[in-house]
Amino acid sequence: MILLAALDGLAYGSLIFLVAVGLSLIFGVLGVLNVAHGSFYAIGAYVAASAVLAAAGMGLPTWLAFPLFLVSAVLVGVVVGGTVEALLLRRIYGKEEVLQLLVTFAVFMILEDAQKVVFGTQPLFANAPMNWLGTVEVFGIFYTSYQLILIPLVALVVLLGLRWFLRRTRFGRAIVAVTQDREAAMAMGIDATRIYLFTFIIGASLAALGGALSSATTSLTPGIGSGMIVLSFAVAATAGLGRIEGAAVAALMIGLGRSAAVYFAPEFDVLIPYLIMVAVLLIKPEGLFTTVQTRKV
Amino acid sequence: MSGFILEARDLELRFGGVQAANGASLQVRANERIAIIGPNGAGKTTFINLCTGYIKPQSGTVIFAGQDITALSPRAITRLGIGRSFQIPQLFLENTVIENLLLALSAREGSWSPFLKLTRHPKIDEMWALLEIVGLKDTGHRIVRELPEGMRKLIDIALALALEPKLIFMDEPTSGVSSHEKFQVMDTLTRALDARSTTAIFVEHDMDVVARYANRVAVWSGGRIALEGSPEEILSHPDVRESVIGEVV
Amino acid sequence: MSRQYLIGAGLLIALVAFPLLSPWSTVILTVALCEGLAALGILVLLRAGQVSFGHGLYFAFSAYVVAFMAAAHLGHEVLLLVPIATAASGLVAALVGLFIVRYRAIFFGMLNLAISMVFFSLLEKLFSITGGADGKRVPRPTLLGMTLERESFEFWMFYITLALAVVAALFVARYLASSGGKALEAIKSNETRLEYLGVSSRKVLYGAYLLSGLLAGLGGAIIALVSGHVTPELAYWVRSGEFVFIAILGGVGGVAGPFLGALMFQIIRGYAAVYAPETWHAVLGIMLLVIIFFAPSGLYGLIAGRRRASGEAAR
Repeated sequence: MILLAALDGLAYGSLIFLVAVGLSLIFGVLGVLNVAHGSFYAIGAYVAASAVLAAAGMGLPTWLAFPLFLVSAVLVGVVVGGTVEALLLRRIYGKEEVLQLLVTFAVFMILEDAQKVVFGTQPLFANAPMNWLGTVEVFGIFYTSYQLILIPLVALVVLLGLRWFLRRTRFGRAIVAVTQDREAAMAMGIDATRIYLFTFIIGASLAALGGALSSATTSLTPGIGSGMIVLSFAVAATAGLGRIEGAAVAALMIGLGRSAAVYFAPEFDVLIPYLIMVAVLLIKPEGLFTTVQTRKV
Repeated sequence: MSGFILEARDLELRFGGVQAANGASLQVRANERIAIIGPNGAGKTTFINLCTGYIKPQSGTVIFAGQDITALSPRAITRLGIGRSFQIPQLFLENTVIENLLLALSAREGSWSPFLKLTRHPKIDEMWALLEIVGLKDTGHRIVRELPEGMRKLIDIALALALEPKLIFMDEPTSGVSSHEKFQVMDTLTRALDARSTTAIFVEHDMDVVARYANRVAVWSGGRIALEGSPEEILSHPDVRESVIGEVV
Repeated sequence: MSRQYLIGAGLLIALVAFPLLSPWSTVILTVALCEGLAALGILVLLRAGQVSFGHGLYFAFSAYVVAFMAAAHLGHEVLLLVPIATAASGLVAALVGLFIVRYRAIFFGMLNLAISMVFFSLLEKLFSITGGADGKRVPRPTLLGMTLERESFEFWMFYITLALAVVAALFVARYLASSGGKALEAIKSNETRLEYLGVSSRKVLYGAYLLSGLLAGLGGAIIALVSGHVTPELAYWVRSGEFVFIAILGGVGGVAGPFLGALMFQIIRGYAAVYAPETWHAVLGIMLLVIIFFAPSGLYGLIAGRRRASGEAAR
């Protein structure tokens, strides 16, 4: 039982990590809490599922689904995410936080309906990729390789990849510089406009990738995005906004907590993430993995 | 420690490798006017921040009127009777000058009835008197955001005065005020301080102002009060002439 | 100032007259007033620069209190149910407020969101008690001891709600112009100075938070009675977001703003339900963007004149 809960938690935590780390990255760089982030997740899921179903309809092999996931994620990130940043967010940097929240809230409302119009309201289910990978046996329990191996693996690759990108590449370092001190970075000649756009696209793509991966495990219905956004808020806030490694730990924590609840107190499974978030915000409001910065006035 | 209204003892503060305060001590008697001078960026404001609870020292104590206030919040310290004006004026920019001052008077009186309009505050006459002191009577109805920096500095001082503090810190009170108005403002201000027997500690760069209005001068250098004495002594001291005045003039 | 009263009076006259001219509109108008009350609570917090994405909690809490009390025959009288349920929400706000006033900006918003989502999840999951996602039915109570037919119940509920909304709006207007209200604005404009005046910004915000919880609670209690049904959706974060949306749509320059916004919201929802049933959220979203980018002072600001409204907000 405990093992099953742990494996479940791992898969689930990996998925929310993908979404939450994008949210966290965007907040860290742009300073905007993106309420529409869940919509990227949902759209990513729908685009991926539609692509997989279309490919199956054309008689293409099932393994093609995996590259398709990646392509859909990037596509959603660039097209939807890029448009939102360039068209709307660009106008509100540095404005009141309330306004920023509301602009992304408006985007959320628009994208939720756009989703319904484009993909319909009927449940969409494309689990062929999950079945194709088969199952593994862990201590006598059968589990899908897709959830036990693939999703955590992708999450790990993303985590390591992001770390490498932000620390070792020129562009990544420029992003970190902007996060730490916007004005100084701009004074050094870093093109903030480009960085913002690029960061937003990465963040949105990660959310969409999370959605694409989830599309094989569950049936898609309208409203999955609005549920996911609150969850990734919880993870990002628990970790401390802008923390990448922290988001991984927090996602795992929340994932494990939730699946433990599923097995031991099913009435409370959806409650756990929020309870963890409330508890963390109460005890250490800046998040578990943030060191307090001294105020400067 | 009787005799001193404020006593800072061996305040220490380091952050990020910077020694912002290094055994800073100062003893202040009631009704003194102490000018703190020193090079730009040397941390004079940090000293005020330490004394008013904005930053907590890593060691050392601040005693005000016989009470240890080192660990208290700015709010608690303010309530004990220490007022403060800021280097960059801290005002309610979207409100009128009148509203700024009436808010301060409401704070002092604890008058927070939700049914009484702020602009019908019973202390409105006192408010005009305060504006008179800083010479800004005709700006009362203006929105603070629209006013020049020099006026904002004076309003900032008026806010601190409105609290009727026993002791007031003023961070460069006359910077931004035109040179021919400086003395006029300082004259009325010191008169008001005398009338209320308010002790004053002010950071100042203008040595003419220091010479004329301070009865004691403290030189801040290397994170501590390095030197103190009468204005005549200090302003003619060779080290001071070189390190402080040389940089300012 | 006189403009504020003028707009309020105009709105009031229109509202008083409307149900007499078209009886079918009473329920919609009552719902608009309830949402306006919740949005008025949001306006109070916005004055302090704080935004709550969780006031659905107080809206839903009082609604469920009404539902439980009515179901348990603990009180079957409007004049009993509404004050008790509102006070219950106020009590929750008083508890939550104890710690939430320590937070600002995004943390304030997120903590409100998280707490309301805890409540939402409980409502949905504790099926045996709350009826789960289907919610609970609210039997129609008596009004002043009289058992009324549906139409006349709705008719009188509208005027009662209107009267309560007017009282609430007048009180909030008074409060915002008082020293306490100005201290609340000071949290937004310069919290450092407020503390250096010896004022506890937490205490100031606590009062405002309590008030906002009561306002949302009042709206929720009435909406439960009028719609005859409560669901967890009342506590969902999207609902809380709508309150913020309504406040911004109407404009935070004056207390008539949230009610203007709520009316507009209902009108859009009504029309969109007919002409664009699938996309009415998108219509609202676009509307919100237009307001933010082109009319930041909201409908109230448009009517009062932009310069006037910004001055009013500052005054």
